[in-house]
Amino acid sequence: MKIPKSFLGYKRENGRAGTRNHVIILPVDDISNACAEAIANNIKGTIALPHSYGRLQFGADLELHFRTMIGTGSNPNVAAVIVVGIEPKWTKRIVDGIAKTGKPVEGFHIERTGDIGTVMKASKKAQEFVIWASEKQREECPLSDLWISVKCGESDTTSGLASNPTVGNLMDKLEPLGVHLCFGETSELTGAETVCAKRGATPEASKKFMKTWSAYNDFILKEATNDLSESQPTAGNIAGGLTTIEEKAFGNFQKIGSCKFIDVLEPAETPAKGKGLYFMDTSSAAAECVTLQAAAGFNIHLFPTGQGNIVGNPIEPVIKLTANPLTVKSMGEHIDCDVSKILSREMNLSEAGDELIKTTIKVASGRLTCAEALGHREFVMTKLYRSA
Amino acid sequence: MSRTDLIIHDQKDNVAVVVIDKTSKNQECTGWIMENDKTIKIKSINEIPLGHKISLQDLKEGDTIIKYGHDIGKVVKAIKKGEHVHVHNVKTKKW
Repeated sequence: MKIPKSFLGYKRENGRAGTRNHVIILPVDDISNACAEAIANNIKGTIALPHSYGRLQFGADLELHFRTMIGTGSNPNVAAVIVVGIEPKWTKRIVDGIAKTGKPVEGFHIERTGDIGTVMKASKKAQEFVIWASEKQREECPLSDLWISVKCGESDTTSGLASNPTVGNLMDKLEPLGVHLCFGETSELTGAETVCAKRGATPEASKKFMKTWSAYNDFILKEATNDLSESQPTAGNIAGGLTTIEEKAFGNFQKIGSCKFIDVLEPAETPAKGKGLYFMDTSSAAAECVTLQAAAGFNIHLFPTGQGNIVGNPIEPVIKLTANPLTVKSMGEHIDCDVSKILSREMNLSEAGDELIKTTIKVASGRLTCAEALGHREFVMTKLYRSA
Repeated sequence: MSRTDLIIHDQKDNVAVVVIDKTSKNQECTGWIMENDKTIKIKSINEIPLGHKISLQDLKEGDTIIKYGHDIGKVVKAIKKGEHVHVHNVKTKKW
């Protein structure tokens, strides 16, 4: 297949391109959720991103909170942002971070005004933003404007056999065209860690990966009260035929094809070394991982599943593919790309990769994903440790 | 390309994955090795559902299960050629 050279995206002030044109209402902290949701309810076409944290965090955990907030607002799929927090200082810090992209952003704090007054002021601004954003048109953007993140979930053996290698095939075909790519799931590489480390493009990248994986593994060994065999693999994985974490890891690892990663990113860290594949230190929980990748600036997500994970994200469209014919039959409303014919040998991996490229470009150009149509907007912050 | 009952990732693997709804007892199964495009035959001892593994050889306690050409765990209960391989007879070497 000849790979199309472009998609239709929204060009942003900082040179990036979006696959979506959201106006978001971003609460700084848990107690500002009600206010953010009231603003989004007032002004149609905006979306609130409620979450559970943002108070009394400190150190690296607080830094991650800010990075995720600022990154989410800065994502090119977002046209404009209203930030709402309880206090002025942290609200302003997030507004200033997002403002660096050049996009419209305004902050409101609730203290000394209350919810009702804040909702009124912020709603007026949100209305102005959403009408402004609605005038934006999709334009032709080079394929290299795609920043593609990947993560698999509710995996089974069909993931390792077919849907994950399909993503790998897409990576092998799109990496030379200058796209940014990202995989994560530190925990789920356990068993394949040394093989994965060898995929570092440089000795530094390999070393950084092993350091990240070891830190995670030490944490697991410290906190574990049993052998983890009920958590990894999950009950869903086991029902699907996966027996051990090692088997799951080698299946997971198929997603990167034969690409090499050029750097290892902190959670929600924006890549800074140009085009190519990055590894990000993330949880293997679907919503947490996608939220971190979206906050790092990735604008379209590929999600291979076996038994049928249903996750979505409010700003980064999540494309699901599966090779499990039972999943296609029983929960087809969640599947954007069916590659189950690989198992019956009626489709080869390269054909499946081409299908996924076509789906990816359609979704990047505006076609809704199954998860979007179903209203899946899982926005889940990663928390590193207890608050003060 | 003919339809296949089992898929094997790598020729070094000692297990295959069932890719039909399920195998039946004593079914003669056709397995396709992805790595070298070869075909093998194996008789399924049990009913094994889609996505689950079947052993390609007799394995004893302590043996290593190879899939993707790599170590994916250890045998904790002897396994016969053609038998269902899963959490009841294999465990992780990690954790």
